[in-house]
Amino acid sequence: MPLVWQEARITAAVPETPRVRRLTLAVGWGKPFRAGQHVDVRLTAPDGHQAQRSYSIASSPTRPETIDLLIERLADGEVSGFFADVAEPGDVIELRGPIGGAFVWDPAEGGPLLLVGGGSGVVPLLSMLRHRAEGAPDVPALLLTSARTPDDVIAREELMRRDAEEPNFQLRLVLTRVPGGRRIDADTVRAALAALGTPAHTFVCGSNPFVSAASDLLVEAGLPARTIRTERFGG
Amino acid sequence: MVTRGFTGRRPARPDAERLPPGQYLTEDFPVLQLGPTPKIDLARWRFTLREGAKPLKSWTWTEFEALPRTRWKGDIHCVTKWSKFDTAWEGVTFDDLLAAAGIEAPTAYLLAEGYDDYTTNVPVADLTGAKAMVATRYAGEPIPPDHGGPARLLVPHLYFWKSAKWVKGLRFTQKDEAGFWELHGYHMYGDPWREQRFTGD
Repeated sequence: MPLVWQEARITAAVPETPRVRRLTLAVGWGKPFRAGQHVDVRLTAPDGHQAQRSYSIASSPTRPETIDLLIERLADGEVSGFFADVAEPGDVIELRGPIGGAFVWDPAEGGPLLLVGGGSGVVPLLSMLRHRAEGAPDVPALLLTSARTPDDVIAREELMRRDAEEPNFQLRLVLTRVPGGRRIDADTVRAALAALGTPAHTFVCGSNPFVSAASDLLVEAGLPARTIRTERFGG
Repeated sequence: MVTRGFTGRRPARPDAERLPPGQYLTEDFPVLQLGPTPKIDLARWRFTLREGAKPLKSWTWTEFEALPRTRWKGDIHCVTKWSKFDTAWEGVTFDDLLAAAGIEAPTAYLLAEGYDDYTTNVPVADLTGAKAMVATRYAGEPIPPDHGGPARLLVPHLYFWKSAKWVKGLRFTQKDEAGFWELHGYHMYGDPWREQRFTGD
């Protein structure tokens, strides 16, 4: 099936963290998306200049008529700056999707499920966690996520609530830019694996250096490479 | 459709002409791959040309490094929208591989196969005439593992997912068979100038 560009209306735009804004878009897809998939967006200036970017879907596939994108403002970001400063509810942008068939998880695949996200790399993992809570709450899952400071943790209150309320979900938060801060390292990976058990599926998402480091640590900890799927952003 | 309030940032004129539609220029070198970076022991590395299941010719790392070398400098374009200008590679052209094997391409299509079980399809006509190589050096150094070292396919005129990382061989096929990403909805050919990103583009 060809992926066609379609018009999508922004229905909400709210701050998620100081650097990340949550955009909700009404989409007219005829089929459901899968947790972990992304969309392409296309912006057009009055003189015809266009810019395209890819963004992961943060919301659950159980609510297919709208999607949430969590867009981090990048320094000098041509598209992220538009979404941070200009886009408002009622605006229409061009979008196509859902895209991606490898970095996806369905409740039928089961677990244990290990999710490792650096910064805004947690976004596609949030879609998986939300889908899991609704469709497969018995599947053991652990989210190991790294952020600069507590304020930079995307969906922090939701994640802490899930950690407290969902018996089969554990949150491991690593903060890098606080006193005594650290990065995900061999110890945090070992502790996460001890808490979860051997994962059947592992998803790692974040910047290039984050994903390289984290996936190497997971392989060194003994996980078979074929059970680990990665998604990187950067550039 | 004009996007309300979007003015955008145009690349400088010479850059604009080198950027395929929908792409933006990046200075660093993003990494995209399906899973962790495989650890490859050069002592056990092999590069094999096959026709179907039948091996046609195989090289060890030492033998491969002794093949004729070619340098190429130019622009690369990733389907995830970044383009990088003036990248410098060195390796063995597809033409030189066939010559060293003493064969002509037995079919019009092939699948590049990686040590990570990744595959991607490329027409043979897109590899001949010095258009493609199996690269072993980037910017004058061995290719870093994250970028596909010790060896990767380099087909710079197609989207970069066709330039399979950690390549271990090329398998000639009777017809144009979809590889990993093509089975997951990506375009069978992948011309950046025609924006062939996904099936149906």
